[in-house]
Amino acid sequence: MADKLYTRRDVVKVISFSLLAGSGLLGSSCVNKEATEEFLQRHYLEMTEDEKKRVVKRLEERYRKDYGVKFNISTEAAKKGTLWGYGLDLSRCIGCRRCVYACVRENNNSRHDPQVHLIRVLRLKKGNLINLEHSEHYYNPEHVPEEGFIYMPVQCQHCENPPCVKVCPVKATWKEPDGLVVVDYNWCIGCRYCMAACPYKGRVFNWAEPKIPKEEINGEVHYLGNRPRMKNVVEKCTFCIQRVRSGRYPACVEACPTGTRKFGNLLDQESEIRYLIENKRVFRLKEDLNTEPKFYYFFSL
Amino acid sequence: MRTTFILSLLFLCAYGYGKTKEEFPVPRPPFTEGIFPCSSCHEGMEVNPKKRELKEEHRSIKLRHGENFRWCLDCHDGQNRDKLKLVSGELIDFTESYMLCGQCHGTTYRDWKAGIHGKRTGYFSGKKMYFLCVHCHDPHNPKFKPLRPEPPPMKPKETKHGR
Ligand code: HEC
Ligand code: HEC
Ligand code: HEC
Ligand code: HEC
Repeated sequence: MADKLYTRRDVVKVISFSLLAGSGLLGSSCVNKEATEEFLQRHYLEMTEDEKKRVVKRLEERYRKDYGVKFNISTEAAKKGTLWGYGLDLSRCIGCRRCVYACVRENNNSRHDPQVHLIRVLRLKKGNLINLEHSEHYYNPEHVPEEGFIYMPVQCQHCENPPCVKVCPVKATWKEPDGLVVVDYNWCIGCRYCMAACPYKGRVFNWAEPKIPKEEINGEVHYLGNRPRMKNVVEKCTFCIQRVRSGRYPACVEACPTGTRKFGNLLDQESEIRYLIENKRVFRLKEDLNTEPKFYYFFSL
Repeated sequence: MRTTFILSLLFLCAYGYGKTKEEFPVPRPPFTEGIFPCSSCHEGMEVNPKKRELKEEHRSIKLRHGENFRWCLDCHDGQNRDKLKLVSGELIDFTESYMLCGQCHGTTYRDWKAGIHGKRTGYFSGKKMYFLCVHCHDPHNPKFKPLRPEPPPMKPKETKHGR
């Protein structure tokens, strides 16, 4: 497969083979050149603006070839004075999963084999509050909400103190200045330590090449967000970095028919997230772990 | 002298308060195709304030919203059917129907304005759109309607790799 996306490991293989064959690093085939460039690509945080531009251009061309759609890859940095926070109203959620599929479409997630969902909607019995051990996420009744249950969507909680970041052996995942926990897919080696470390099951592994229908590709992407992923990398919710850094609500917020999902800047006194933290009963998941999530569940009633 | 000053200040405040109407950009109200302007039928039509079952028109409207105390013209204006009517008698546009609801649902209205009840879309630090209450609640029967859920995720054994 000539135009396959090279992972770091594949490239290591290619290069050692070509070294053995005596043809050296800069072989004449263009696939080799691209692979070489990609291998030599530095960690995102160490790239100069010029390097970023070159990488973006290379990727835009390749994605265009692979998917037949024009891509626009943003590398927009965190804005000063922003710290993103999320609010979710447990008195309103009816468990309809509109958010789950809006997320899949916005973020170019693999549709099947693997099916990558970054939001899991848990159904809990009313009463014995927030006992995640007794939750169910395969419920499928005719209509929701169902009598006697509440629904609790869970996704990456964007911890201030993210355990996933600490365990990554290659620093392929980190927390941005605006609080978003992101992954450089080109740097990820697929070891999945981060998945084991996350207490919220907020990360998903692409155990095969992602599958997305061409006509459903979203070409407006961020380098650290919804650009197409490759086989053997971990991905996660980024609060739709490609949207929020340009001032728009995450896709799940806009898709929710009940207005359960709230989003805003924790440093902005006027934001809806600040209003709800100050005026509603809020709690965060597994507070005892000191992960300091920036994902606030609340009850408006 | 001093009291007049304070009085006029009070007056100014009160005036200013009544004057500054907050504005909330909203999407188009969720009217049935072709029903607006209402005056296209109602202009010149006799107003019938009697509580009754509607037989000629609007047959699908069955009031289930404090109906023991209320009827159509508590919210709609008899003379100008293209407007809604507040308790004060003030007429408002259909794009401002939240003010009507806010008269009785004060706390919800306050949360709605802050973006906590209901939903806003667009640019959260700039231009926002507020969904009207009636985008989610039928004003005549406001209980939120149940929805069919989207499909559950595939169980691990349903996927090819059996993971
Ligand atoms: C609680 C206040 C209230 C009462 C009482 C009320 N309405 Fe309404 N009605 C509204 C509001 C608000 C709208 C605007 C909905 C929208 O923006 O689409 C509306 C919309 C309508 C419409 C347009 C519906 C459509 O299909 O687009 C009709 C017709 C109507 N009302 C008739 C009536 C009749 C007849 C009654 C009495 C049986 C009545 N209303 C009672 C508030 C009320
Ligand atoms: C196609 C013509 C038509 C349109 C358009 C129309 N109406 Fe009506 N409306 C009627 C008729 C006819 C009745 C009387 C129904 C009956 O008595 O059975 C009526 C009755 C009503 C009533 C009950 C009080 C009364 O005066 O009889 C209300 C309130 C009302 N309409 C509101 C509205 C509103 C609000 C709209 C626009 C959103 C609207 N109508 C649009 C034809 C119309
Ligand atoms: C004149 C006062 C009044 C106005 C105006 C009013 N409501 Fe209500 N509303 C009530 C009362 C009283 C109840 C509870 C009794 C009932 O459900 O009939 C209620 C109940 C509700 C409920 C809960 C229904 C349920 O069964 O869960 C909703 C939602 C609601 N209203 C929405 C609205 C919206 C939207 C508007 C504006 C179009 C509105 N209300 C305008 C008085 C009002
Ligand atoms: C984005 C959709 C949405 C919008 C917009 C919206 N609501 Fe609601 N509202 C809901 C949902 C969902 C519920 C919960 C219903 C349920 O549990 O049956 C609710 C519940 C209510 C209730 C019942 C009491 C409660 O708090 O549960 C009232 C009253 C109400 N809404 C009034 C309003 C008013 C007034 C407005 C506008 C100022 C409004 N709503 C706008 C979705 C909406």
